[in-house]
Amino acid sequence: MQNIIMYSLAVILLALSFFKDKTKTKQSLKKAWKSFENIFPQMLGMITFIGLALAILSPETISKIIGGASGWFGVVLGAVVGSVTLIPAFVAFPMAAILLENGAGKMQLAAFLSTLTMVGVLTMPMEIKFFGKKFAFLRNILAFVFSFLTAFIIGKVVG
Amino acid sequence: MKTFKKYIIFIIAAILIGVLFLINKDMGFKAVSTIKSSSKEMILILPPIFILLGLMDVWVPRDTMVKFMGEGSGIIGGILSFIIGSAAAGPLYVVFPVAIAFMKKGVKFSNILILIGAWSTTKIPMLLFESTSLGLNFMLTRLAVNIPIILIMTFVMTKILKDDEIAAIYEGAKEQEG
Repeated sequence: MQNIIMYSLAVILLALSFFKDKTKTKQSLKKAWKSFENIFPQMLGMITFIGLALAILSPETISKIIGGASGWFGVVLGAVVGSVTLIPAFVAFPMAAILLENGAGKMQLAAFLSTLTMVGVLTMPMEIKFFGKKFAFLRNILAFVFSFLTAFIIGKVVG
Repeated sequence: MKTFKKYIIFIIAAILIGVLFLINKDMGFKAVSTIKSSSKEMILILPPIFILLGLMDVWVPRDTMVKFMGEGSGIIGGILSFIIGSAAAGPLYVVFPVAIAFMKKGVKFSNILILIGAWSTTKIPMLLFESTSLGLNFMLTRLAVNIPIILIMTFVMTKILKDDEIAAIYEGAKEQEG
């Protein structure tokens, strides 16, 4: 659904651009390709690493670690496991649903989900390349710390 | 050699997967199937994002970007960053080249941080899925907690990073092809 919107938007604007100015359109496509080429190798590396991590950390294993009775220890472990790498939301949420079925606690799941989408140790080299060391460390550490606040409040309200 | 260096992360990961196959065949196959499906997903998501970035780069004048999202853009700039980040698809590392393109166009640092924050946590297309799989309460609570967290993180980071450090990040962005 979202892809349809994004593609329609891209196609419509591209057509509009083409009618207005062919050289500019060519230029923009060249730029698009260049950016894509620039990021593709790293992205392929990330995807492969995520595949590896998800194969080793099966839902059963993770559910055991962050089970409903695991308390704050489970929250910390969930946050740490989630920090290994960055995962897109469309992978993270279906995974969370499976974890919940396998007995993960909601508070622990909240910490896991937060760091899963916001903190990535494996993606740090890429982030450092784009924004520098201090920025990358600061952002990841802050996101890690705040995942506990999210877990705490979700634990109070939902758990 | 240059190509080799570019693909070094992939090569290391591929070797590790080879090792995983030797240790546990099932896990190896599982890794490959996950990689296959996420690659497909990425290949579907990326083209429109990069086409839109390319079009923005060529058509939208720097002044316009500065006016709406740069210094002095006020709350409008923040809201725009928030909407763009929440509406777009893709994992957080897809936002990095988007942020670079925005920085080149003169978008304010705090708005870049809001964009990154929204991109990671408030995905509008995923909210429905989240509420069906984890419950409406979970989704609403997470959203209510995470929106202020994005703003607090933005505030803290703009305070801790010194002006010259932020300037250096913008300088670095200029040199990126992304």
